[in-house]
Amino acid sequence: MYRNGFFSLAFHTLFIAFIVAPLVVVMAVSFTGEGFISLPSGGLSLRWFEALWANQEMVDAFWLSLKLGLVSATVATLLAVPAALAISRYDFPGRGAITGFLMSPLMIPSVVLGIAFLRFFSLAQVGGSLWALSITHVIVVLPYALRLTLASTIGLERDAEHAALSLGANRLQTFWRVILPRIRTGVVGGWLLAFIQSFDELTMTVFVATPGTTTLPVAMYNQISQTIDPLITAASTVLILGTLAVMLLLDRLVGLDRVLIGDKQ
Amino acid sequence: MATYDAERVGSAPWLLTGPALLVFLTLLAAPLVLTAMLSLNLFSDTKGVIPVYSLANYLEVFGDDYFHEIFLRTGGMALAVTVCAVLIGVPETLIIARMRAPWRSLFLLVVLGPLLISVVVRTLGWAILLGNNGLINQALQALGIIDFPIRMMFTQFGVVLALTHVLVPFMVIAVWASLQKLDLQVEQAGLSLGASRMTTFRRVVLPQIVPGILSGSIIVFALAASAFATPAIIGGRRLKVVATAAYDEFLGSLNWPLGAAIAVLLLIANLVIVVGCSRLAERRFKHVFE
Repeated sequence: MYRNGFFSLAFHTLFIAFIVAPLVVVMAVSFTGEGFISLPSGGLSLRWFEALWANQEMVDAFWLSLKLGLVSATVATLLAVPAALAISRYDFPGRGAITGFLMSPLMIPSVVLGIAFLRFFSLAQVGGSLWALSITHVIVVLPYALRLTLASTIGLERDAEHAALSLGANRLQTFWRVILPRIRTGVVGGWLLAFIQSFDELTMTVFVATPGTTTLPVAMYNQISQTIDPLITAASTVLILGTLAVMLLLDRLVGLDRVLIGDKQ
Repeated sequence: MATYDAERVGSAPWLLTGPALLVFLTLLAAPLVLTAMLSLNLFSDTKGVIPVYSLANYLEVFGDDYFHEIFLRTGGMALAVTVCAVLIGVPETLIIARMRAPWRSLFLLVVLGPLLISVVVRTLGWAILLGNNGLINQALQALGIIDFPIRMMFTQFGVVLALTHVLVPFMVIAVWASLQKLDLQVEQAGLSLGASRMTTFRRVVLPQIVPGILSGSIIVFALAASAFATPAIIGGRRLKVVATAAYDEFLGSLNWPLGAAIAVLLLIANLVIVVGCSRLAERRFKHVFE
């Protein structure tokens, strides 16, 4: 393997600048003291973070997104763990089709999902509740939880499990004390990834969110499509820092490359 | 992968997958079927959705120049985004793969990390950079390079640029995954046997990563063609794409059947491209996949 030459490193520098530029700009603008979009001049100001904290709509949207993420990631994980165990250890008819079906939300455009859920809820007349919103998020984030859980259940040795069963432990005890501890990183990683995907989801949610159930990304989108002011950059900065925190957690737990690329190594 | 456990199979897999399947059948499959049925209904401004079945909405989409333009624009922009993602994503992946210990994983995280940051935030960054009073125009004017701002917001250029930024990590992931199967030491072998760098790249490295480039391209194209937030914010009202057109029919003009027809066509086009291209690529590059 040869080393990177001058041109490679120059290209690399430009590429990294391209990747981080929009994020850095958003964060820089959020510290401006002016009333319009501009880079901070003469010291950093927290004016727009104070304005954000005082903006009831945005604060409510933040708490709603947080609740939604916690609920949908938890439900998705509860559904994904048994499914992953079945898929990885039993050879049963329809196994491939079921896996494909459970992963299918990744292949369906979010706009189509949004329209389908909106139609369903308007016929069932249950739109506009946190419950309805949560279940749509469960479906959208389940593939992420399933993928990471599968990565840890596939290839899991079953000797310890057989030992536990033959020593008189029942199925539930075996799962709780033998299986779960060994697939924990996959389950926790899957939960975190599912949470972050739910917290960030915009395109599908735009269709099913109502004035009473506006998530943070939807509130930000509505705001941006009217006018772009420093308030929205302050909200974005909070979001970027929050995501970074979850990212570091994921990296510590599972390794971010494993989360994003999968088990290729 | 799966271990066959004859005495235990029985009903266990069904009990374990049952809850997830039940949720998916009632709350994913049923809504999709209902949407397909809705797309066959008619609509009038006074009576709303009329429950008769016809292909009128599809004929309207296929026959109307307005929709032709939207579908062509969406396909064209998705293609442009895919080409850009290949042109910058593939070299960058190779460069990162050649880096040494701390830098390699650090830059991989820098490139892939934005995937986890909301697309609204990333698009907002581009809106701030590209506006007529945006930072790029301000900088160019301050430096005296241009006298008048260049219009970049609400242009196809702006949308393609921002979408490339949003989607290029998927290309890096796909190429990176294919690189894992390739020991870059073989390059050394090529070089030491007298091949030039160009020949080594073309004959040794490229054939191994082509499947990765192809699967990355399929993912990037599919996501670009169905993108909503970025075209809506950077493209604005006038530069409509399929996803924003469906949104407008649903939440703007309230013509749900027509919006549903557009959504069904988007879904079918998406599946045809993803499944079709993957099949084609797998057949062509069978030797590499195995």
